[in-house]
Amino acid sequence: MANVSIRDVRKSFGATPVIRGVDVDIQDGEFVILVGPSGCGKSTLLRMIAGLEDITSGDIRIGSRVVNDVPPKDRDIAMVFQSYALYPHMTVAENMAFSLRLKGTSKEEQKRRVQEAAASLGLTPLLDRYPRQLSGGQRQRVAMGRAIVRDPQVFLFDEPLSNLDAKLRVSMRGEIKELHQRLKTTTVYVTHDQIEAMTMADKIVVMHDGVVEQVGAPLDLYDRPANRFVAGFIGSPAMNFIEGRLEENGLALRSGAILPLDMRPAVPIATMLTYGIRPEHLQIAPAGTPETIPATVSVIEPTGSDTTLIVKAEGGNLTVLLRERCALKYGEEIALKPVPFQAHLFDEAGRRIASS
Amino acid sequence: MTTLASHSPAERQPISFAFLAQVVLIANSFIMLYPVVVMVFSAFKSTGEIFENPFGLPDFTQVQNFTRVLGETSMPTYFMNSILVTGGSIILILVLGTMAGYAVARYESRTNTFILLFFLAGLMLPLKLAVIPLFILLRDMNLLDSRWSLIFTYTAIGLPSAVFIMAGFLRSLPAELEDAARIDGASEPRIMWSVMLPLARPPMAIAAIQNAVPIWNDFFFPLVFIQTDDYKTLPQGLTTFMGEYTTDWGMLFAGLTIAAAPITLLYIALSRQFIQGMTAGAVK
Repeated sequence: MANVSIRDVRKSFGATPVIRGVDVDIQDGEFVILVGPSGCGKSTLLRMIAGLEDITSGDIRIGSRVVNDVPPKDRDIAMVFQSYALYPHMTVAENMAFSLRLKGTSKEEQKRRVQEAAASLGLTPLLDRYPRQLSGGQRQRVAMGRAIVRDPQVFLFDEPLSNLDAKLRVSMRGEIKELHQRLKTTTVYVTHDQIEAMTMADKIVVMHDGVVEQVGAPLDLYDRPANRFVAGFIGSPAMNFIEGRLEENGLALRSGAILPLDMRPAVPIATMLTYGIRPEHLQIAPAGTPETIPATVSVIEPTGSDTTLIVKAEGGNLTVLLRERCALKYGEEIALKPVPFQAHLFDEAGRRIASS
Repeated sequence: MTTLASHSPAERQPISFAFLAQVVLIANSFIMLYPVVVMVFSAFKSTGEIFENPFGLPDFTQVQNFTRVLGETSMPTYFMNSILVTGGSIILILVLGTMAGYAVARYESRTNTFILLFFLAGLMLPLKLAVIPLFILLRDMNLLDSRWSLIFTYTAIGLPSAVFIMAGFLRSLPAELEDAARIDGASEPRIMWSVMLPLARPPMAIAAIQNAVPIWNDFFFPLVFIQTDDYKTLPQGLTTFMGEYTTDWGMLFAGLTIAAAPITLLYIALSRQFIQGMTAGAVK
């Protein structure tokens, strides 16, 4: 096991910069998730850790060793790919033993390690099958088995669950997490799914346009997003943003309503600000209640456990998440009352300047 | 009832179409097989019988044509030469074509397109037009009148299509497989040999068959390059059975049957791979 440190790493494809100076520290045994929208550079960063992409500038260390020019096979890492990348002409056992075979491990040792890994993943009855004879979830498990057999210092996962159906994804999520708790191997995991990131990570690295927007524990990012991008990216349904102008008595919205603020941002009066509030922190009040946001019900999505409400307000759509069932109807006029002490304020550059 | 009535024409139409297609296909295979059948039948008849009763069933116990062809002529030598020349050319075509195709398909380089175009140019160029300079070249290399003259010529002719087929297929293999093998610790030749090539068997079968058939049957290059009887291949050798005044048709047909057998068997053996390769990528 080892820690991984990434220092001012940059990557350009031709003249196009893809990674624009990234610093991340990953502690020994930590489960770190790189998350961000497509094209943010998270997969490229992972492939650079793996050694599959060259680094334009900067340093990547695994343990105490700078691995910039070390070929993938000598980095002591194992990677699980989105497509699993199982060798189609080899059986499950041969797939898992391939790296050991290349290393020249003895036949008995190969067999022992493959069987050990297979047993821990419930693959023992499948060892003689070919990948084409397996279901998606089983293939995924073989890909993980292939990684475990090598007993590497670092596990790398590149969107390993995105080819699975929703139900399987949830159960594999649990299995990967459980595996990590058992093996305690340093893990770097790439996903675009922020739910995966929130549920599995010890530490999340949010990336956007080739830079790291914020690094932190899942709930830290949720409660204290550094900027508007992280605030909007982490959390589902996403945070609501409302434009307004700072006044003495609160934030003046476009509709004319005034929202009282529990915080005092250090900016002059009349500055344009963005007010951010999560869907579960908006409450329904009768239309006309003072210090609320006037809104019209547009879509009601009951899921059983809770209800998502999309309303038209302030010239756009806002989302409200209700824990209880509601008797609202399409087109009904209501008012939204923010839960006190749960709002964030962002300046024009998108930085969070105050939270209540 | 109404649903039945509205369904039946839609269902009947494909059936009648399938029936027509079957008729056409059966007729076609009959036309294709007929000369082959006549050839095999005639191989068991004497010249007299062939002219008396050209289409009749022969007595299959009469194998004297075959024993004479194999015992009294140089047929075994021609046969061996054909095997050596075709086999040698195919091995060279596959080895070189696969390596070139792999490099063109899997590695990024500015010269790739140029190299592929260079090979493709070979597809457009009929080598028979260049037979005189080729003859001079082989003469200067002291290769004339040897099996190597044929092997090298056929390899040159076969390479472009082999590179084209292999590059096209290898390009379609997922890059993640290579990455996975690289992380597992495989060297580049190892990735090609242990991971990519086992998956490339269907296109290799295509490249092998579509080159083997014309090479096996080629008459032109042996006629130009080979004078010594010891190095003649089957198509050229079989002409010695046609005399200036008399031809032993029974022996000629027996020789043709023996000549056609290996390539037919090869085709049957590889046909599954061949068809797989033709339809590769059609269905995920």
